[in-house]
Amino acid sequence: MQTTHNLLVDVQDLKVQFSLHEGTVHALQGVSFQIQQGKTLGVIGESGSGKSVTAQAILGIIPSPPGKVVGGRVLLNLPTTPTSTRVVNVTELKPNGAELRSIRGKEISMIFQEPMTSFSPVHTLGDQIMEAVRIHYPDVSKQEARQRAIEMMRRVGIPRPEERIDAYPFQFSGGMRQRAMIAMALVCHPRLVIADEPTTALDVTIEAQILDLLRDLQSEFGMSIMYISHDLTVVGSVADEVMVMYLGLVMEHAATDELFTHPLHPYTEALWRSIPTIDGDLDRLTPIRGALPSPFAVHPGCPFFSRCEKRIVGVCDTARPPMVEARPQHWVRCFLYTEQGNPPQ
Amino acid sequence: MLVFIIRRVLLLIPILILVSFIAFFVIELPPGDWVTTYVAQLRASGVELSDAESQRLTNIYGFDQPTYVRYYKWISGIVTRGDFGWSFQWGKPAGEVIAERLPITLAISLLALLFSWLIAIPIGIYSATNQYSPIDYLATFLGFIGLATPGFLLAMILAWAANQYLGFSALGLYSTEFLDKPWSLAKAIDMLQHMVLPLLIISLASTGSTIRVLRGNLLDELKKQYVVTARAKGLSELQLLFKYPVRLALNPVFSTIGWLLPSIFAGEVLISIVLSVPSIGPLLQRATMAQDMYLTGSIVLILSTLTIVGSLISDIYLAWADPRIRYGGLSK
Repeated sequence: MQTTHNLLVDVQDLKVQFSLHEGTVHALQGVSFQIQQGKTLGVIGESGSGKSVTAQAILGIIPSPPGKVVGGRVLLNLPTTPTSTRVVNVTELKPNGAELRSIRGKEISMIFQEPMTSFSPVHTLGDQIMEAVRIHYPDVSKQEARQRAIEMMRRVGIPRPEERIDAYPFQFSGGMRQRAMIAMALVCHPRLVIADEPTTALDVTIEAQILDLLRDLQSEFGMSIMYISHDLTVVGSVADEVMVMYLGLVMEHAATDELFTHPLHPYTEALWRSIPTIDGDLDRLTPIRGALPSPFAVHPGCPFFSRCEKRIVGVCDTARPPMVEARPQHWVRCFLYTEQGNPPQ
Repeated sequence: MLVFIIRRVLLLIPILILVSFIAFFVIELPPGDWVTTYVAQLRASGVELSDAESQRLTNIYGFDQPTYVRYYKWISGIVTRGDFGWSFQWGKPAGEVIAERLPITLAISLLALLFSWLIAIPIGIYSATNQYSPIDYLATFLGFIGLATPGFLLAMILAWAANQYLGFSALGLYSTEFLDKPWSLAKAIDMLQHMVLPLLIISLASTGSTIRVLRGNLLDELKKQYVVTARAKGLSELQLLFKYPVRLALNPVFSTIGWLLPSIFAGEVLISIVLSVPSIGPLLQRATMAQDMYLTGSIVLILSTLTIVGSLISDIYLAWADPRIRYGGLSK
């Protein structure tokens, strides 16, 4: 989390609300993190933890209404020349304005969860991939754009791309469609690719192939990846550092090895206990007790309080725990690692 | 694509045969025939008519023969000679009577369809992209009014209003001074002026429904993931709207040509009677009343054929616009 000249994305205290009929959902309650050039940040959390909203905020595509950025900044460091960079705050740009659109798809692109529905069913895949090129490089001829699309389709492992470029999405299998999605995301060589649960809809063998592909492409093109998943093992296999989110807050953030060997937050520990291991005992898995609280609920204290095994009544439910560096480069949002949680004897 | 079209055209043949059966036998259903109606009319007006004379008429017109024989004569005449049978009421071939009125009917129906799309499509797109805005509410309100107001009522009100406030007699196809004149520019302009009201009223109902259909479809499409994908690519909102969701949302609109046409024909009957437009609708109504069976049957057959052809056009359009239909048809 140190600031270096390789800093690409700097999200500071981002707050997003959704105003719905039933009430206001505080989807992000002050999220801060950074993504370094060429690195992979894994984001872990249950449904409703704010992972996808964070991704949408970086691209400026939070559905609005009802969604609204109510605080914080999303700073992008976009190199203009090899030596100088330009800092852009996405939250201040006009939604769907020209400047934001010139960033989307070109500097930052996104791979979506549903390869089935993410393409228009009535346009060829090639048409949709070429479109990404033609939007950002209007000077590129149709032939050239087609050539680039074919090259990228070949690169992501689609066989016979010269023919398959004229195929429609429904003629592709799920795995192939996700490869096409990746080709579309990478065709403009973005600095950051946000992968929002890209393998959730696929079976495990295809998932492994896609993860390998992403790793290969990263070493080839050097882009950063923000990998969103609810699957700890998947994130562990691709990410350099991992951020654990719960109800719109970052609970724990550390390098992948550090987080996996020394999980500090009770929520992270609970997540670990709820997944099976190959060499573990054949016991029942331990689910996290309770259920995710209502998204409309407002928590004065720790949002995980109601489900926490190690909660301290009177401390955890009164104030929001601060983010502390409990071990070197290992931040955790929990009173157990503060003076309030460990009163002097 | 060619295979698809040929297959669909071949499928038309059994459908048309079935339609001709139904058209003929539905007309046979009411008790009596044209001769009994005619004889009853003559007797009612005081003409002495012997039973032998009435029997002779029945023989002449072939009403003593069984139904299937008459059907065979009728349909073979149409297929081999283009002869639609005799119109008793008009005293000339039914084909001739229809030919006089079919062009104006087709013109009104197709223009009404185009007119309603011209109005409904932009309004529908605006309504969906600006959901719950004041203009959306206004469009919804007017759309329901258009759907719910009977056309003939509106025809009466507007014809009266045009006469009262504009001094313009909207009835008929031409003003009286042009009735017997040869074609001229002035007569053409006069006819166009007379077409405005029928067009407006006939297209109103389908305009209302098209706005509703398009708005609903587009709202569904706008929520789909591919819209977000396209936005994440950096496409501008307007380009995005027309390239992806609008195109998909229009498919159901165009695919309804097949059943918009019959509803326009049906709606046209009453409106044309009220506004005395010499189209097929009033002709069909009078022919049915008089049990002028070959004329009625031929009109029903022609209108059904047009409707089926309309559906065919919709299908071909859909296959062209939506690859899922095109390839689905070929793989089977």
